[in-house]
Amino acid sequence: MNEVLMKVQDLSKHFTIETDWFGKPVSVLKAVDEVSFTIDKGEAFGLVGESGCGKTTLGKILVNLYSPSNGKIIFEGKELTGLNEKQRRSYCKDIQMIFQDPFASLNPRMTIGDIIAEPIIINHLLPTSEVEERVIYLLNCVGLARHQRNRYPHEFSGGQRQRVGIARALAVEPKLIVCDEPVSALDVSIQAQVLNLLDDLKAEFGLTYLFIAHGLNVVKHISDRVGVMYLGKLMEIAPKRELYANPLHPYTQALLSAIPIINPEKKKERIILKGDVPSPINPPAGCRFCSRCFKELDHCKLNSPVLKEISPDHWVACHLFD
Amino acid sequence: MLKYIFKRILMLIPVLIGVSIIVFLIMRVFSPDPAPIVLGQHATQTAVEVWRQANGLNDPIFLQYYHFITGALTGDLGTSFYTKMPVLKEIFSRFPATIELAVVAIMLASIFGILIGVVSAVKKNSIFDNAGMLLALVGVSMPIFWLGILLIIFFSGTLHWLPSSGRINPMLQPGSVTGFYLIDSLIAGNMDAFGDALRHLVLPASALAMYSMAIIARMTRSSMLETLQQDYIRTARAKGVSEGRVIRKHALRNGLIPIVTVIGLQLGSLLGGAVLTETVFSWPGIGSYTVACILKSDFPVVQGVVLLIAFVFVLVNLLVDVIYAFLDPRIKYSKKEG
Repeated sequence: MNEVLMKVQDLSKHFTIETDWFGKPVSVLKAVDEVSFTIDKGEAFGLVGESGCGKTTLGKILVNLYSPSNGKIIFEGKELTGLNEKQRRSYCKDIQMIFQDPFASLNPRMTIGDIIAEPIIINHLLPTSEVEERVIYLLNCVGLARHQRNRYPHEFSGGQRQRVGIARALAVEPKLIVCDEPVSALDVSIQAQVLNLLDDLKAEFGLTYLFIAHGLNVVKHISDRVGVMYLGKLMEIAPKRELYANPLHPYTQALLSAIPIINPEKKKERIILKGDVPSPINPPAGCRFCSRCFKELDHCKLNSPVLKEISPDHWVACHLFD
Repeated sequence: MLKYIFKRILMLIPVLIGVSIIVFLIMRVFSPDPAPIVLGQHATQTAVEVWRQANGLNDPIFLQYYHFITGALTGDLGTSFYTKMPVLKEIFSRFPATIELAVVAIMLASIFGILIGVVSAVKKNSIFDNAGMLLALVGVSMPIFWLGILLIIFFSGTLHWLPSSGRINPMLQPGSVTGFYLIDSLIAGNMDAFGDALRHLVLPASALAMYSMAIIARMTRSSMLETLQQDYIRTARAKGVSEGRVIRKHALRNGLIPIVTVIGLQLGSLLGGAVLTETVFSWPGIGSYTVACILKSDFPVVQGVVLLIAFVFVLVNLLVDVIYAFLDPRIKYSKKEG
């Protein structure tokens, strides 16, 4: 059994959209709703789902950009959710995030060297004299050169900027990195480079990833285990190979069928889901997916299925497997 | 960069020529004839004709302009119809007073304006935000001369804390080196004079600062609200950067460009002479002097002052553009970087 790095228990984030005159919430957006999973040390846990299903919100909760409405985050045996703001910030160092848009997420007024140095300095990780050396080392790690240290973000391409974002996240020697769609804003040719870089760095620094993506093909490349999210709920968790070979949840099956195949000779059954994703403000009662499911049962509308282990390490939340 | 500054200074020339033509025509078309004002209502027709001839006002207008502009190019803006003093001398004896007032006012306005704007943006929709924006609304709405009168009534009249007019107690006047009493008194080591000059500055500078402060506060608030939404602010927070540092180092520095623009424009117009404030506080600056000269149809002085103000305004704008390049590394004025 692997060592568990992070355990997430019944984590929820609800945003109040509207309140009545007395400040009581009238409509609530359940961005993340009672999500539970574990991430083992040294693995890459992939998290996939459509836009707006709450995966980025989940990532932001883990790095303390949002505070959860409910539930627990247990990191290396310590519960983070009960800590006050100051204690919580000391864990920021251990859990870092790589953001989606490399064009917007770097401060245009700082040189990339300063961007990378800032977290080292404010967290007092190194004596001032050694910071510069460390910055150059990090730049080299992500494939940038020493002479680029004093350039500004606008002088770099998208892929290079994302490398800066990665170096910045690495600067504080984190244990877990939340990668929030780190390649979706990049050209396809650059995507592979950045994914390979992330893979290499994982081995070199012994990192653990929570890898968020909206398509299963990107996640396939890098993840060990994959969780599938839909409307704020986790639908299925399984090791990568198992999930791709034997998807159990109808939503996972639909997602897998949507991955394009390069061979034009090979015809593929595509599962086309009916309708749109319902609004997370008033999600369907019962199973969240029932309004679009092609295998819907009678009681799917009535009660919400819970995540159950069907075969070793393969969890699914669906009434088909009750 | 130097090349860019040089180019901008070259561009000053057409601007100044345009301004000189406009002010020249306006004075001659819309102003009453200066001769009866100078010579008095009961001057004889012959005396008026002689005076007009002597001052070149009977020449064709093109010739008049030609004389004016060739004189201006050699640094001679003519002499005042009334005092018979060279216009340049008249202007430069009053300009330091205006600069001193404008600089102190813009400093007050910037400090408090940025402070209020930042607090309002960070604590959006809170009581601080509402109070700050209410103050800004009052600042832009309240006529300066009325605010000036209120300040005089309260601080000078009722409390007797501060003087209501003038730049300094004449008994304490320091020797004139720069014309700025604050600096002159420091050079002379005369702390009494320095304190007195400062006390004279407080009320007019506050009255003048109020409007600029309100504009700066509003601009700071909206600029900060925008930058605080940016992704790189989120990045900074994820780094574990404390909230104070996020605001100062990441948000404010990026939001500074529109703020600097507004400060530059405000300074430019304050340097043109705050006519109302100078009048209310009997401040011997360029603004009140210009108004007096316009009313007296003192053509050479008005032309000179307007040219000078245009010159200063363009220079301040150039300065703002140069500051941009320091504030934002993405702004480069040379072609090389592309």
